[in-house]
Amino acid sequence: MNARDEILSRIRTATGPSPVIRPVPRDYAVAGAHAPGAPELLDLLAERLRDYRATVHRCTPGDLDATLAEVTRGWRVAVPDSSAITVPGAVADRPALSHADLDGVDAVLTGCAAACADTGTIALDGGADQGRRALTLVPDRHVCVIHADQVVQTVPELLRRLDPRRPLTFISGPSATSDIELDRVEGVHGPRTLIAVVVGPAGTTGNNVHREQG
Amino acid sequence: MTTFLGMPHAPRGVGQLRGDEPFPAAADKALADRQLRRNLGHATATIRDKRARAVAEVADWEQLRLAGEAIKAATMARLGEHLIELEAAVTARGGHVHWARDAVEANRIVTDLVRATGATEVVKVKSMATQEIGLNEALESAGITAVETDLAELIVQLGHDKPSHILVPAIHRNRTEIRDIFLRHMPGVDPDLTDDPRRLAMAARAHLRAKFLTARVAISGANFAVAETGTVTVVESEGNGRMCLTLPDTLITVMGIEKVVPAWTDLEVFLQLLPRSSTGERMNPYTSTWTGVTPGDGPQEFHLVLLDNGRTAVLADEAGRSALHCIRCSACLNVCPVYERTGGHAYGSVYPGPIGAILSPQLTGIEDNASLPYASSLCGACYDVCPVRIDIPSILVHLRGEHVDARAQRALPSPEALAMAAAAWTMAGPRRFRLGERLLRLGRLLARGGRIRRLPPPLSAWTAARDLPEPPAQTFRQWWRTRPGDGRR
Ligand code: SF4
Repeated sequence: MNARDEILSRIRTATGPSPVIRPVPRDYAVAGAHAPGAPELLDLLAERLRDYRATVHRCTPGDLDATLAEVTRGWRVAVPDSSAITVPGAVADRPALSHADLDGVDAVLTGCAAACADTGTIALDGGADQGRRALTLVPDRHVCVIHADQVVQTVPELLRRLDPRRPLTFISGPSATSDIELDRVEGVHGPRTLIAVVVGPAGTTGNNVHREQG
Repeated sequence: MTTFLGMPHAPRGVGQLRGDEPFPAAADKALADRQLRRNLGHATATIRDKRARAVAEVADWEQLRLAGEAIKAATMARLGEHLIELEAAVTARGGHVHWARDAVEANRIVTDLVRATGATEVVKVKSMATQEIGLNEALESAGITAVETDLAELIVQLGHDKPSHILVPAIHRNRTEIRDIFLRHMPGVDPDLTDDPRRLAMAARAHLRAKFLTARVAISGANFAVAETGTVTVVESEGNGRMCLTLPDTLITVMGIEKVVPAWTDLEVFLQLLPRSSTGERMNPYTSTWTGVTPGDGPQEFHLVLLDNGRTAVLADEAGRSALHCIRCSACLNVCPVYERTGGHAYGSVYPGPIGAILSPQLTGIEDNASLPYASSLCGACYDVCPVRIDIPSILVHLRGEHVDARAQRALPSPEALAMAAAAWTMAGPRRFRLGERLLRLGRLLARGGRIRRLPPPLSAWTAARDLPEPPAQTFRQWWRTRPGDGRR
C-alpha cells in the first residue's frame, strides 16, 4: 500500500465505520453592533491600530492626495503596477522590482481589501491597488489607505468579505515579537513602520494629519 | 481500556518526542536551576495577565470555544474525507501533495524535494511538526543547512539548545542570556549589543535579512488548512513567516493531518481563539493564507506534506483523541503550576506542558513516555484556558490508567510515577508548596530507614487509601530536597 492509502485506511480503522458527527454550534457573534463604515468603527479601528503601534492618519476623500503627499514627502515610494492610489514620482512595480530594489525604497503605498475594527487588522488580497505580497513585505515602511466602506467590525465579517483563493495577508500593526521574556517589541522582519491612512467622510476625521519622523 | 494493536506510533530513533530520561529525573534538575525558574516565572506571569485581558474583551468567548471544540471533533470524525478534499483543492491550484506515514518518510520526502532544487540552504518558519520529526537533523545529514528564522528558534539554534515552549521556544532564556548567545554565536554581530529587547530584535533582523532576500527554498508548518478551498494558513508575529512564504521560489509545508479544517468559515472561529490565547493579542501581527500557487506572486512551486507519525494511533483512542484538537496556543503551558516550575525541557518532547503530557505519550505509545501523564497535579487550569476545551485532566487520568494496564503484572504505577504525582500535587499551588516545605522535614524523618510507611496529612489520605509500594526512597527524597524555598515567588 502506498503512504496515502495506508494513512487513509488507518484513519478509517481509527474512527470506525460510522463516527458520530455532532452539529457545530455557531451562536457566536458574526456581525458587530455597527454597520460597515460607521464613524464608530473608524474611530475604533484607529484606536486599535495605534494600540499596536501603527501610525494613523485620518482624512476625507478630497484630502487624500494631499495627505499621502505629506506623509511620503522626501521618500522613494513603490506602488503596485496598476494602482489608483499613488503619489507623484512613485516607482511602479512594473516590470517587477527585484528584492534588492524593494529593499532600497523608503516605503510602499497601497490600498487594502478590507479592515477589521475590533482587532485593528488590515487585510490585503493582492488586488490591483495592493500588488503582489513581496511588495508590501520587503520595504521598511508600509503606507496603507483604508476607505470607510472597507471597515467592518468583527473577524467573521472580515473573513466573509475575502476570497480565500487569493493570497491573503492579515496585518495588525507593524511586525513585532514576543520572544524575549514574552514582552511585545515592535519591528522585526516585516515593515517596521505601518502607517494607516483612514479615509472617511467629513466630520469623522479629527485633525491629526502630521508629519511622521523617520 | 483498549490497546490499539496495529496502529503504528511515532517511530523510535528519529525526531523529538522522547526524552533521554523520565520526567521526574529531568524535572529534578530543572527544579534546582533558580535562574530558569525565575525566567519562567516572569514570562508565564506576563503572558497569563495579557491573555486574561485579551479574553475578557470578547463577550462571546465561551461560544467561540464551544464552536472551536465542535469543529475539531467534527473534523476528526471525517478526517479522511477532509484530507482527500484538501488534496484535491491544493492540486487543482498547482500545488503538490505528499503523504508521510511517519517522521522517517516525511524527512525523506522533504530532503528529496530540497535536493531536487539544488539548494544547500533553506530558510525555515517555526513549526512544531518539523521539530517533532527532527527535520533539521535529517537535512543536515544530507548536507543541507536549515536556518531557523523565528527569533526564539534562532536563539535556540544559535545556543545549541532545545526548545522549551510551543510558542516561545526560548522562554527559558532571559534578555541577558540572549544577548550573550548572540555575542558568542551570531556572525558579524555588533560587539556593543545591549540586552534591550529592541536591540536584540534588530540584531536578528540584520542577521537574517540577506538570507531572506536570497533564499530559494523555504520550509514551513501550518496552523490550519481549509479542505474546501485548499487554503493553508500560517499565523505569526515577526514577518519571518511572510518572508519565507513569499520570497523563495519553492515552499515546502509540513503539516500534521489533524490541522485540516473543513471550511473557510471555520477560520473565523480559530483566528479569534488563537491569538488571544497564545500571545494575548487581539490579533497577531501577521497571518498569511495561500491556496496552491498564485502566478506572479510568491513561490511558484508548492509542496504540502501531510504527516501521520502516530496521529492515527491517537485518533484510534476515543478517550484520548481530543488531544488532536490542539491549536498549539500554549495557554495551558502558561497556567500550569508544574510547567512553571520545571520548564519545557523536562518533558523530553517538543510538546511540553499539559498538552505534551497527553499528546507525547499517545504519539509514541505510553511505554515510551510513561511518566508524563503523572506530570500534573490535575488542578484543571489547563482545561479552563484551553480555547478548544480539551479536557486535559481527564485524558491524563485515562492515560495513567493505560499505564497501569500496561504494567498489569504489578497492577500499580511505577514508583517514579507515584513520586511524580506527589511532587506535582505539591507544586500545584504556593500554599501547598509552603506546606510541602514544612512537610519536607517530616518527610525526611518518616523516610528514615529507607521506607515511607505513612505520609503526613494531606498525603496521608493517599497512603491510607492504598498500599504504597515502597517508592525508592532515593527518588522520593530527591524530590523533596530539590524544591524547598526556591519555588516561592
Ligand atoms: S491543549 Fe489547548 S491550551 Fe494547550 S496548547 Fe493546545 S489548544 Fe492551547
